This record gives sequence, structure tokens and C-alpha cells, in this order.
Amino acid sequence: MRSNGSLLEARVLTAFYGDFQALFDVDFRIERNETVAIIGSNGAGKSTLLKSITGLVRTKAEAIYFDGEAIGGKPAYRIVEQGISMVPEGRCLFPSLSVEENLAIGAYSKRQGPWNLEAVYEVFPMLKEKRIVPATALSGGQQQMVAIGRALMANPRLLLCDEISLGLAPVIIKEIYAQLERISAEGTTLVIVEQDIKRAMAVSDHVYCIREGRVVLEGRPRDLGREEITKAYFGM
Amino acid sequence: MDLVATVIDGILLGGLYALFASGLSLIFGVMRLVNIAHGDLIVLAAFIAMIVIDHFGVHPLVSLVLVVPFMALLGYGLQRGIFNRALDSDILRPVLVSFGVSVFLQNALLQAFSADSRRLQAGNLETLHFDLPGGVAVGVLPCLMFMVALVVIGGLQLLLYRTELGRAFRSVSDDQQTAQLMGINHAHLFGLAMALSLAIVSVAGVFLGIRGNFDPSIGPTRMIFACEAIIIGGLGDLWGTLVGGVILGIAQTLGARINPGYQILAGHLVFLAILTLRPQGFFAKIR
Repeated sequence: MRSNGSLLEARVLTAFYGDFQALFDVDFRIERNETVAIIGSNGAGKSTLLKSITGLVRTKAEAIYFDGEAIGGKPAYRIVEQGISMVPEGRCLFPSLSVEENLAIGAYSKRQGPWNLEAVYEVFPMLKEKRIVPATALSGGQQQMVAIGRALMANPRLLLCDEISLGLAPVIIKEIYAQLERISAEGTTLVIVEQDIKRAMAVSDHVYCIREGRVVLEGRPRDLGREEITKAYFGM
Repeated sequence: MDLVATVIDGILLGGLYALFASGLSLIFGVMRLVNIAHGDLIVLAAFIAMIVIDHFGVHPLVSLVLVVPFMALLGYGLQRGIFNRALDSDILRPVLVSFGVSVFLQNALLQAFSADSRRLQAGNLETLHFDLPGGVAVGVLPCLMFMVALVVIGGLQLLLYRTELGRAFRSVSDDQQTAQLMGINHAHLFGLAMALSLAIVSVAGVFLGIRGNFDPSIGPTRMIFACEAIIIGGLGDLWGTLVGGVILGIAQTLGARINPGYQILAGHLVFLAILTLRPQGFFAKIR
């Protein structure tokens, strides 16, 4: 049984794109300082769930609680101020900004905390060497580091990572996940959306599997069997 | 020497066109809005300056102390109240809304001030000049307009590339949705951009009123000059906009030298030629 004092809790969460319903009555919890993985195939609703949490997709006010406060329906820029940051799928760096400017814009909300330019450069040292280069001129792995660093600059209590391994070489993915473990160890709660089930199970304390907009399986990785996960993931 | 004087006149006239254009360029750069009402807002600023001058008996340039904050506030309100509502939809709707604002402004100004031509009296400033070697006379007012254009564009460049607000403008221009994830309220930021644009429009409006006659109907033509300067210079580059203004200015003064009736036509012809040969302009940053 999980505690009631969750960092984030979604209750009967629904989400729509126009008339299309993308999430159906999703119940979802994130405890403090844990790493939660969300797995599911393409179009399952994983990114929509993250967008609902960050306010990019509007929801009902009482559908999402962060640290006991209803945040559903709030605009995205307000949710960042409360301590939720996201590394979006595809990185979405700002092409007209340099690496350092991309990182600096992450601190726009002025939230206080341990993360600043120097702290990010300590985690990703090669970014310091490339700080005046346009961010989109970097390699895919380096761009992902900028995207993570940019999200950290907001000093989040909850960091949402959407498909951060997509399109990257295994060695880079390994390096990025090693740094995420370090970030988690320093007290940031993580949510990782991942299609790589094996990796998701390895790094997380709790796993949610989403299919067709519904949570079809959840639990601690060690409690979930391979067959059970495959069945939930593919629906067969 | 006449030709040199004509070219110098054209260069300095380009400063005024750059002033017309830089506010429009900023708005297009930040929110991809082609503000059809931009020229009418320049004329509105000239009329507001006229009211301030009539009421307080001050020099037109001093009237800017009141006109700039008034227009900036109007810009913020206009953006938050009208343009932002249209920007969330397709690309055509905000253009149509700005067209509506343009039509409204022209008719409101006509109703309030009639169709009579007006001018802002700037005393000696209108006739003061100095002589360059070779006996070429250069007006102080055109020089002042050009220098103000340099200061405005230089200031905008500094703002965009050296300040946090500028970074926010550029990030919203790149990707509105991701900018929100940084904690940026794009609706407020668009309001600030329009406020800044109309602050520049105020300066352009006052110079327009000092340099020549104005009436409620001349806004669209100023808007066309501004668009031409931006397109010649290349979308997204403010110094390019100044170059575009200068090319347009030189074309117009040379055209007027051949025949006064050719002034405007010559500018449009050069614009058309550049649009045909180099549609992206000379220094385009936005494609």
C-alpha cells in the first residue's frame, strides 16, 4: 500500500485533443524521491499524461494534485513555478539560442534551489565547452543533455523525462541514465517515459503501463512478471 | 553634386522607413503576426502627439514623453485584449483581425479629426541644415531621424541578444509551447512586444508628423513602406531592415529626381526587382 502523502496524484484523469479522448480515468501517483517509469507503445497516451501534468493539455482542476494542491487546469508557466519541469520528447531546444542561452532560459521561473549553470556544467562538462554554439548544432546526445540541463535550471521537485533515449546511441543513453541516477540521488523525483521496457524496469521504483489511454498495469518492477508486462504492453 | 545630395537624402529617408519598419519587424519576429494596422498606429501616434502639443504647448519631440507610454500601454492592451485571442488559431485570423483594427482606426481618426491634413510644427528643426564639403546641404531633421533609427535598432538588438527579456522573446518566437515549459507566459510576453513596438511607432509617428503632412488615410502606405523595408532587408534581421529602408529611400529620392511623380513608383519598382531576384531579402534570418 502506497502512502497518501504523494508528491503528485492524478485522480480519474481524462484528457482530450478536440473531440478525441486521449486519456480515460487515469489514476496515477508519484511518491517523493522515487523514480517512476511509464511504459507503453506509440500513441498509448504516455506523452499526453505528461502534458496533462505540465499544463500543456488542459484538465479539470481536481484531476491532478501536486503536494496536496490542485494544479489541474493551471497554465504551464504556473506549473513550472510550482516545481514541475519537463524534458520534452524530441528535446525541443530553441534553435535561435546558444547552448548557454537555452540553459539560462530554463531558469526563467526564478525558482531557488541547487541547480544553476555551474551545477549543470558539472554534470555535463562538455556543454561548457560548447556554451556559445547554437544548441541545435550539437549532436543528438549533447542536445539531450542541454534539454535535461535546461529542465534542471528550473530547480524542479519533479522532473518529467519524455522518451529521452529516442534516437540516441546506446553508449550515450547509458551516460544520460547514469546522470539521471545522480540527479535522482540528489533528491529530485523523476518520471521517465520510455519505450525500452528493460531499461525502464531497471531504473524505476514503480512502473505504470499505459495502453489506449488507460493504465492497464502498475507495480514495483520486481513484482511484475515478464509475461504480465508483455500482455499489458501489447494487449494480447 | 546634385546626385550625391539626392543619394544622401535617400539614405537619411531610409532612417524614417527603418523606424516605420522596426516595430513591425519585432512583432513579426516574436509572434509571426503581420500587423496590417501598423501604419494606422503610426498615424494614430502622430494625432496623439498633436493633441499633447495643442494641450501643453510643447515641442513635438518633448511630446514623446507622454506619447510613448500612452502608445505602449495601448499596445499592451490591444495585444492582450484583441490580438492574443486570434493568435491561438490559424495564421490567417490574426491578419484579418489586424485588418479590422486598421479599418476601425482609419474611420475613428476620420471621425475625430476629419480628413484635413495636419502637421506637427517643430520650429527651426524643420529648416536647420549644415553643408558638407562640396556644398551639399544636409538637413538636421533627416540626420536626427537617421540617428534615432540607429539608436532604436541598436537598442532592440541589445535587448534581444543581451537581456533575459530578449531571450524570452526569441524562445517564444522559436517554440511557444516549449517556452511555456520554461515558465514563460507567452500572452504577457506578446503584450510586452506589442508595447515595445508601439513605443517605437510613437517615435516614427512624431517624425512623420514633423517631416510632412498627415491625415487619417495615409497609414496603409506607411505600412507598405515598412513591409518593403523589412522584405528587402530580409525577415528577422533588424540591421537588414535599416538597409532595406535605405535602399527604398534612395530609390524614392532618385525617382523623384527624374520626375517628382515617380517617387513612390520608383520605390515599389526597386522592391519588386529585389523580390524577384532575391525573394529572401539581403540578410534573412527567418525562412
